[in-house]
Amino acid sequence: MSAPIRYRRPLPGTQPEYLYPNYASSIKRAPTQPLVSMPHTLSEITGPQFTEEDFKGSGCDLTQQSSAEPLGERIIVSGNVLDENGRPVPHTLIEVWQANAAGRYLHDVDQHSAPLDPNFTGCGHTLTDAQGRYRFVTIKPGSYPWHNHHNAWRPAHIHFSVFGPAFAARLITQMYFPGDPLLSYDPLFNSIADKKSRDRLISVFDWDTTIPQTALGYRFDIVLRGREETPMEEPSGKRRKK
Amino acid sequence: MTTTPSQTVGPFFHIGCNKMMVSNLAGPNVSGTHITIEGLVLDGDKNPVPDAMIEIWQANSSGKYAHLEDEQDKLSAPEFRGFGRTATDQNGRFRFTTIKPGSVPGLEVSIQAPHLMISIFMRGLMKRLVSRMYFPGESTNTSDPVLNLVDPIRRETLIARAKENSPESLHWDVILQGKDETVFFDI
Ligand SMILES: [Fe+3]
Repeated sequence: MSAPIRYRRPLPGTQPEYLYPNYASSIKRAPTQPLVSMPHTLSEITGPQFTEEDFKGSGCDLTQQSSAEPLGERIIVSGNVLDENGRPVPHTLIEVWQANAAGRYLHDVDQHSAPLDPNFTGCGHTLTDAQGRYRFVTIKPGSYPWHNHHNAWRPAHIHFSVFGPAFAARLITQMYFPGDPLLSYDPLFNSIADKKSRDRLISVFDWDTTIPQTALGYRFDIVLRGREETPMEEPSGKRRKK
Repeated sequence: MTTTPSQTVGPFFHIGCNKMMVSNLAGPNVSGTHITIEGLVLDGDKNPVPDAMIEIWQANSSGKYAHLEDEQDKLSAPEFRGFGRTATDQNGRFRFTTIKPGSVPGLEVSIQAPHLMISIFMRGLMKRLVSRMYFPGESTNTSDPVLNLVDPIRRETLIARAKENSPESLHWDVILQGKDETVFFDI
């Protein structure tokens, strides 16, 4: 069996560090020993695959999970999951969770004073299609206060969990909204040194997916780690001319 | 292309992740040695972490992954996906029941000792921690290509302990900092 083709390592500054004192919770939870670097074997280039069957009862429209619609601005969040070589990632599971329009989570740990919405859970699931595309209908989450520092507020965000094609490509991240004034103050968003990578987390307002009289569109593409392509192969598989 | 960076899973992951939680990976009809794995997640002050999410990824009992890239000519187990996910309880405890994986080839001709791939997510971690759990008393541990990358003193943080008279009930902790800190990998 040929050696498995490895996944590319992230470039410096393109991922957050573990120990990041601006994020108070990391001080007692980030590892203190250096990580042990290891090559990718079959264990890392394989990973769990899912089907629609696995998340029956939860779908991609978070506004239709109750007898009435939730309060808040209806939005369409859509985009492509692809790898850094530009190849689409088809049939991969995406889980999303978010606060309601008032900025409150349906979770007993969340004691923020904003009201709960009886018609909103904030949970969604979907699989990307054959071209790696996904689409959710939901409402715009509200910002919410937290206790990281004095007067700390999180910018509006939607949590995304993406399984990808392999254990090595697994990703949990957060999607932010363009022009949010809280972004420049948020330690979590600002934990990524490289601006281009950081800006990858901000969705883009999108007329094309906006539905007149109904919902505003936001595009959020998700780029996962890709394989270290064999040098002769272009992302689209064409042989490179000598 | 620039990749999308990680962000912390935060304290409310149950909302989105409960649906896919599975702590019992192997029904009675799955062949192999059925085992239970229990453990504690402790932070830098050795306090329990009550809001961690643990995922495991493993081969079946013949050492084959349920994935297209695993082209080994081995028995696959259609009813065994090899994926588990659970959250720690308020005492920082987690528990899985599964089957012991078979050994999986390493690179070139090396063979890896039976192991589980572990992903750990929590508030306070900006990205996941990756580790591996190996099995006690496994002769192939000494020649495992990944264990051999680890400083011998820290190797046993990757090997579960069996409860005295029941080799199938295993205990493996995740120690986030300090003395006997678990080995985490850069993959
Ligand atoms: Fe959040």
